[in-house]
Amino acid sequence: MSYQVIGKSPVRADAWEKVRGRPIYAADFSLPGMLHSRIVRSPYSSARIVRIDVEAARALPGVVAVLTHEDVPRNEMRMELPGRMAEATAGAVLAFQPVLASDRVRFHGEPVVAIAAETPEVAAHAAELVAIDYEDLPGVWDPETALRPEAPHVHEGGNVLRRWHVRKGDIAVGFRQADVVVEQTYRTPFVDHVYIETETGIGWIDAEGVLVLRVSTQVLEHFRDVADVLRLPHSRVRLEGAYLGGGFGGKEDVTVECLLGLLVWKTRRPVQLIFSREESFIGHGKRHPYILRYRTGARRDGELVALEAELISDSGAYAALSPWVLFYSLVTATGPYRIPHVHVDAVTAYTNNPIASAYRTFGSIQTCVAYEGQMDALAAALGMDPLELRERNFLKKGDSIATGQVLETDPMLGETMRRAWAALGPARAGASPLRIGRGLAASFTPYGRMCWTRDSASAWVGMELDGGAVVRCAAPDVGGGQTSSLCSIAAEVLGLPLEDVVAVGRDSHFTPRAGTTTATRQLFMSGNAVLKASRELRRHVVDQAAELLEAGPADIELADGRAFVRGASSRAVTLGEVVRAMSASGRPMQVLDKYDAPSAPTIDPRTGQGKPFNDYTFGTQAVEVEVDGETGQTRVTRLVACYDIGQAINRQSAEGQIEGGAVQGLGHALLEAVALEDGIIRNPHLLDYKIPTTLDSPAVETILIESGNGLGPFGAKGIGEPAMTPTPAAVMNAVARAVGRPVTEFPITAERVLARLNDAGKDAT
Amino acid sequence: MSLVLEFELNGRPCRTSVPAHFTVLDLLRDGLALLGTKDGCGEGVCGACTVLLDGEPVRGCIVLAARVAGRAVVTIEGVGGEGPDALQEMFATHGAAQCGFCTPGMILSARALLAVNASPSAHDVREALAGNLCRCTGYVKIVEAVLAAAGRSAACASVPSS
Repeated sequence: MSYQVIGKSPVRADAWEKVRGRPIYAADFSLPGMLHSRIVRSPYSSARIVRIDVEAARALPGVVAVLTHEDVPRNEMRMELPGRMAEATAGAVLAFQPVLASDRVRFHGEPVVAIAAETPEVAAHAAELVAIDYEDLPGVWDPETALRPEAPHVHEGGNVLRRWHVRKGDIAVGFRQADVVVEQTYRTPFVDHVYIETETGIGWIDAEGVLVLRVSTQVLEHFRDVADVLRLPHSRVRLEGAYLGGGFGGKEDVTVECLLGLLVWKTRRPVQLIFSREESFIGHGKRHPYILRYRTGARRDGELVALEAELISDSGAYAALSPWVLFYSLVTATGPYRIPHVHVDAVTAYTNNPIASAYRTFGSIQTCVAYEGQMDALAAALGMDPLELRERNFLKKGDSIATGQVLETDPMLGETMRRAWAALGPARAGASPLRIGRGLAASFTPYGRMCWTRDSASAWVGMELDGGAVVRCAAPDVGGGQTSSLCSIAAEVLGLPLEDVVAVGRDSHFTPRAGTTTATRQLFMSGNAVLKASRELRRHVVDQAAELLEAGPADIELADGRAFVRGASSRAVTLGEVVRAMSASGRPMQVLDKYDAPSAPTIDPRTGQGKPFNDYTFGTQAVEVEVDGETGQTRVTRLVACYDIGQAINRQSAEGQIEGGAVQGLGHALLEAVALEDGIIRNPHLLDYKIPTTLDSPAVETILIESGNGLGPFGAKGIGEPAMTPTPAAVMNAVARAVGRPVTEFPITAERVLARLNDAGKDAT
Repeated sequence: MSLVLEFELNGRPCRTSVPAHFTVLDLLRDGLALLGTKDGCGEGVCGACTVLLDGEPVRGCIVLAARVAGRAVVTIEGVGGEGPDALQEMFATHGAAQCGFCTPGMILSARALLAVNASPSAHDVREALAGNLCRCTGYVKIVEAVLAAAGRSAACASVPSS
């Protein structure tokens, strides 16, 4: 299929403003009379609040509001997609979180008091004058302890937040068939998103008395959360999405919205709320730590027969999206392999640790570490080539995953693996003390929401009298080029140069609702909505052009801003002429349309059987590492990523997602962990919490396969989250090759590598 | 207490008065409404607030505004004229800006590099940008953009950094 715009690498519309540093982010806006705010947060991870004294703070000149839980009309935030999740929660989720803590704090950083003042300095001073007396309460800081009967309860009703299960075949039969069984435990830590822009927003009340928030958020639908907390009608709160300085799932839950809304509503003044970097670390949800206990069995010839897994995740102090993150782990627990007998038990437990919630891959990255670690361990136990073992067991078209869902298209896993591995090039030897290791990880990651959520997205596309087009679609752009890709889709269908299409909006009330920029769903969902609306609009354009050119509509083509008769390109009119004729004749020049994702019933909660997601993105990453045998320091020297992305919309953006995801994954593999001591974050600064720099990152090589098999526009699949899923596992497997045995606890620090090297040394002597 | 500062800002003389505790970042964003310089960490690590002080990249969040007196400051607003300069153009065309929040600081660090090293290697670029964090791009297209701006083949960027 040849396209004019799709699959090429046009410069994104936002790039020119961004390279000039022009103000487009939430913190770049200010209003006359704007107040500055400060949040007073709990220094304890589990404590009773005995007394909150705000008198001195309120008395400070320049202070406009010092608010406590008593000032919050409805002091609970619900953590779910309104009306879409309830049927699957079966009452198990205690998903409320106070905006401001009243009698008890459950994590370090929980907001207790919100302050608005004339200047940032006065707000900071007022925060120091707030006196809060706490009384220590017993706490629990790891999920296994939390699950014991004697553990202190983080919430009334106990610490079990949610369990999920997969039952397929008969696990006992499966292990009886196995000639080789490998058993390992993998551990992953809390990880922070570290977007370079912290959580930020500004709010005001407009002439109609509507509370307006301009926020760096992935979810414009949070206007409802703000309205509910303030007991306002939903129509009275509007959320405008600014361009985000990164999201990665960390701006999916409510961050500043409710606190900011409260301060604006109570003061009736414009207010700005910006989290400091430390506040960002202690104030927003993290990647869930997991304990993954795996037993995998195979026949002597390498055929997988049984997989048993226990997944334990730490939800932290509140539910947030933990049940759903765990569900992604459940579905991906087997990896992209055909296994007849599967038994998975997954549980997420409350603790007094930081809240854990959405983070790029949403529970798929932890399971990849385990299932791919198991594949290399099995290969070693069987004396088989790890690639051959995988090839033998990869899912193919017509196979079913552990939930019984049959794959309707070919995952092309073998091709992604072979191509990624081959691109590493000839093996090289390390000069002592350097040890070279190569490893890979295959992966599968859902794109789009769970089928039972009946996801939808709307978009509006309109033609202007000069022949250009406008797209309106409330899809936040987190930096991945979401907005620009919507323009590409409209441009392709309408035969316009990309620069003649503009997308405006990202506003909960002004632009058609498109849903969240999460779950790798925007290209799939909003892309399809824009495609539908553009195709409908194209029909009107073509009909008008046919009339003008005295030809049949079937013979009209649109390209480069012109309509012409196929085979006679001199019989042409500009789209401007066509649109002006449409206007004169009263033809529709604007189309609003809605795309509904295919839906399926809720999965069986006892067995996990059913169709959880509409589709998956499959891919492999291969890495080469250099391990210093004396220091344990590990450096990734090569990284190749190969995915079937269905169809590139903007090729450069697709590569950018993969390069960025892989390097973020490298951070998880080698560097990153939130250091906790009884729930207190000890490294809430970028000085102590290290993310990859240019010198930690290799030149990532990307190989795109375009099968056209995706459910997105033009056969595209999603790539935002899948880009990152296999990286830590691939690094783990490469380090294991270099060192002789795997480090199965993340991150793979020099200390852990040295410990493994010492173990290997002992084995040798 | 406030300070009166005289310095050169993006090639033009500037005279302004700011509170004495202001950093260069405060001076630019709050004092002069030059919003292209970003605040990412407030502790001199992320590099989003990088500006050039007498041609040297500095982190605006940990340098006091008083330090700019009598010196020349270049911010992202001072890069390019009517149109973008070569670095900005290469950042745009190579897809080096995703969320864009680190981009101004990246461009200024790269500009400082190219001023002293007109034909850097990929490793030179990586060293020069090691103090500018980006969480979106994995740095691949940023390095390519800087090399392209230096008139070098972008293919050099695929050579491993060691």
